[in-house]
Amino acid sequence: MEIPYYPGCTLKTTAKNFDDSAFAVYKKLGIELKELPRWNCCGTVYSLTSDDLMHHLAPIRNLIRVEEQGADQVVTLCSMCYNTLAQSNLRIQQNEEERDKLNEFMYKEKVKYDGKVKVLHGLTVLRDMVGYDKIKSQIKKPLDGLKVAAYYGCLLLRPKEVCIDDPESPTIMEDLIRTTGAEAVPFPYANECCCSYETVSNKDIVIERTRMITQSAQAYGADVIITSCPLCEFNLDNRQKEVRKKYPDHVDIPVLYYTQLLGKALGLPLKSLRFDLNYINPRELFK
Amino acid sequence: MKVKLKIDREESLREKVEELSGENLLKCYQCGRCSGGCPSIASMDLIPNQVNRYIMLGLDEEVLNSKTIWACASCFTCSQRCPKGVNLPKIMESLRQIRIRKNVDIVSVDELTPKERMELPTIALVSCLRKMSS
Ligand code: SF4
Ligand code: SF4
Repeated sequence: MEIPYYPGCTLKTTAKNFDDSAFAVYKKLGIELKELPRWNCCGTVYSLTSDDLMHHLAPIRNLIRVEEQGADQVVTLCSMCYNTLAQSNLRIQQNEEERDKLNEFMYKEKVKYDGKVKVLHGLTVLRDMVGYDKIKSQIKKPLDGLKVAAYYGCLLLRPKEVCIDDPESPTIMEDLIRTTGAEAVPFPYANECCCSYETVSNKDIVIERTRMITQSAQAYGADVIITSCPLCEFNLDNRQKEVRKKYPDHVDIPVLYYTQLLGKALGLPLKSLRFDLNYINPRELFK
Repeated sequence: MKVKLKIDREESLREKVEELSGENLLKCYQCGRCSGGCPSIASMDLIPNQVNRYIMLGLDEEVLNSKTIWACASCFTCSQRCPKGVNLPKIMESLRQIRIRKNVDIVSVDELTPKERMELPTIALVSCLRKMSS
């Protein structure tokens, strides 16, 4: 089965390990991620003011690209892209006047967009379209004994209108972890924000948050953290070097995209999983 | 006790914020649950529920010049948990927009070191600039 795929900017640059591992994993599970032939940056954040329609053009244009493919759904893997596309889509669906205005702005587009495209996240595709039983049956190298903490962060869960699971007690990633034979370790910081883009303007708060999140996962026994957001990944993975500088007793914990973990359990070749692009070396985990 | 009444009739900050956010600030009953779960609170000078209160009290400059509006990471935790359904992320964004629309840049690419520019992923730069520059 083929699904149109919207990668977003970061999966083509610093999160190439997410992109490459996802292509391999979904393919193995019978889903062809078909990258949209044309796409643009969604803007990464959903605009929150009532009068700012302009910033919904970027996400909506991508949904027009999906309709141009004759499709009615699109999958994305990045939590921020997912959130932005899904929230803009919802706004268009619920507000006719704004929908007309936006379509007028985009008068050069051949398609008039009416909010019909379904925005999916990669995790829900695994849960709802592939099914965890099927995934379990395809596991070649069970990750027995490995303890994995799922870090959701914010944008898969909030606001609740676009949440992919229960907003306060999600299990979608833990259930996925269990299909690989690994143990899922719940921990209290799983839905706590890493402070996101503050990593540019106020690195210190991110260092503190990263310390709390990574050390909490370790305190609950985790060997590795998985995530689906390239910004969370950067904060939790790369910023640990700054945590270590400030708190010399900090012990590093590797951070992986969920597709990398799953790929390993599916027995996919290492070169498709691109562990070389993770900051803290995860290879030791699988020795 | 001196009481200062403000009767100038330019649009007040409260009116502007309510218009931009679509939120009714009177809904907030100052329970503080928003602040209790805020990940950024350690770098704020006003805690999130205070922002609402200060706007209501007409302490416009204090709010607009606070560190808080730039420390907010738009994580939607407060709005998820508010028992009164107040959407604080929208209020924070309105305040940022009021500043940014006067061509204020809190972050600019030129001020980042070459090392930071190399290291930071696109997603971090775009989102931060969207929130903090005009
Ligand atoms: S949680 Fe809601 S009602 Fe309570 S102080 Fe915060 S905004 Fe006000
Ligand atoms: S959206 Fe902003 S104010 Fe609300 S909890 Fe998150 S960081 Fe704090």
